Amino acid sequence: MNAILSLFAVIGLALIAFIGVKVAHLEFLFGTAIPYIALAVFLIGVISRVLKWGRTPVPFRIPTTCGQQQSLPWIKQSKLDNPSTGAGVIGRMFLEVFLFRSLFSNTKFELREGPKLAYSSTRWLWLGGLAFHWTFFVVLIRHLRLFTEPVPGFLHSIEALDGFLQVGIPGVLISGVVLLFAATYLFLRRVFIPSVRYISLAADYFPLFLIMGVALSGILMRYVVRVDIVSVKMLTMGLASLSPVVPEGISAIFYVHLFLVSALFAYIPYSKIMHLGGVFLSPTRNLANNSRMVRHINPWNYPVEVHTYEEYENDFREKMKKAGLPVEKE
Amino acid sequence: MYNGGKIIVGIAIFVGLFVFPIFYNMGKPSAMPEPKLDTPVINQLDEKRCVESADYMRANHMQLLDEWRDSVLRDGNFVYESSNGKKYVMSLQNTCMHCHSNKKEFCDSCHTYANVKPYCWSCHLESKEKAL
Repeated sequence: MNAILSLFAVIGLALIAFIGVKVAHLEFLFGTAIPYIALAVFLIGVISRVLKWGRTPVPFRIPTTCGQQQSLPWIKQSKLDNPSTGAGVIGRMFLEVFLFRSLFSNTKFELREGPKLAYSSTRWLWLGGLAFHWTFFVVLIRHLRLFTEPVPGFLHSIEALDGFLQVGIPGVLISGVVLLFAATYLFLRRVFIPSVRYISLAADYFPLFLIMGVALSGILMRYVVRVDIVSVKMLTMGLASLSPVVPEGISAIFYVHLFLVSALFAYIPYSKIMHLGGVFLSPTRNLANNSRMVRHINPWNYPVEVHTYEEYENDFREKMKKAGLPVEKE
Repeated sequence: MYNGGKIIVGIAIFVGLFVFPIFYNMGKPSAMPEPKLDTPVINQLDEKRCVESADYMRANHMQLLDEWRDSVLRDGNFVYESSNGKKYVMSLQNTCMHCHSNKKEFCDSCHTYANVKPYCWSCHLESKEKAL
């Protein structure tokens, strides 16, 4: 149900752009106004979300400890899984952000005949996630060719590497195809694994469908429905140089693609995709486990007024003596 | 704000990456490339028409060339019959470049703009522009 709702939401978005351009001829709205609004929502939303997280105090060290902590010199510390220094944290974060190390240690368990409980590692989520994120990144970088003039040299190299199979004309770019397949795998995984389906919400399916829609419309535009790339670059260069123009004769699928991308960007700050900022601000990852070496003082501690026993006795010593109570000082 | 310095540096990098194209293109007006048709051979033509219509060529020239290559190299068929019945010899260097002898001003103007690097020229010779 969640999945179907999300699918219809994405199809609805695509239809809005398609009808808006085909019937109502709102090229200016979909070509310039909405992308600018989406980018503004994206940037402001992400910054305010990060600042909000930054204002949240993290008084104590709460890293997830996945290995031996620093202890006596003859006990070997697991420096990446339980870092106690800044360098260790940087290493851990680097591997986490670039290689999804924590997903690599994913395990599953099952009951086998006997009954016997068996644990095994499962790396499919890690592999699918890695393929998805890295190809998405390459696709994003490749799009810079539409936003820069002259096109910087490194984009030539990326594109040459991406299209090195030289299949068809225009050459198939591997990243786009892998992106679509990886997103489809991540979706099917949610549908076919019962335990994962049980915890999947519309907020899980919707971004997947949105990204699949973006990838699909992009692939169609490159290989099947063909748009005039020179006019498209005129439009995108207009956006990038803050002097928007809408050249005529760009087919509707481009506006569908652009609208889905705009929707994705505007959606990011309010959704799970904010993990792009959240991964850096996770106290369970970005803190060093040095609780036994450094004293961490609660940042909202305030001076507490205390009345010690000594002061109490000073106040009531005579009365206590009369009542026969023992006192510490005569 | 806790760890304010680090967070602000992070935000600055993030925003910088996203607005990079705006600074990169600042003050550079983007002009639409205009492939030039001004060559001696084209100027002498009565009817200025490529093997197919200009619209068709603009959208599909790369696929046409791909088909030509397969047809010539794999089937040994050198004759292309255009949609208006005219016949042409399928050859990049002898047919296309005969008229469009200005690769730099014709082919490259759009290809450079759109960052397209066709691998035609890894086998074919570029036209003898200087001789013309």
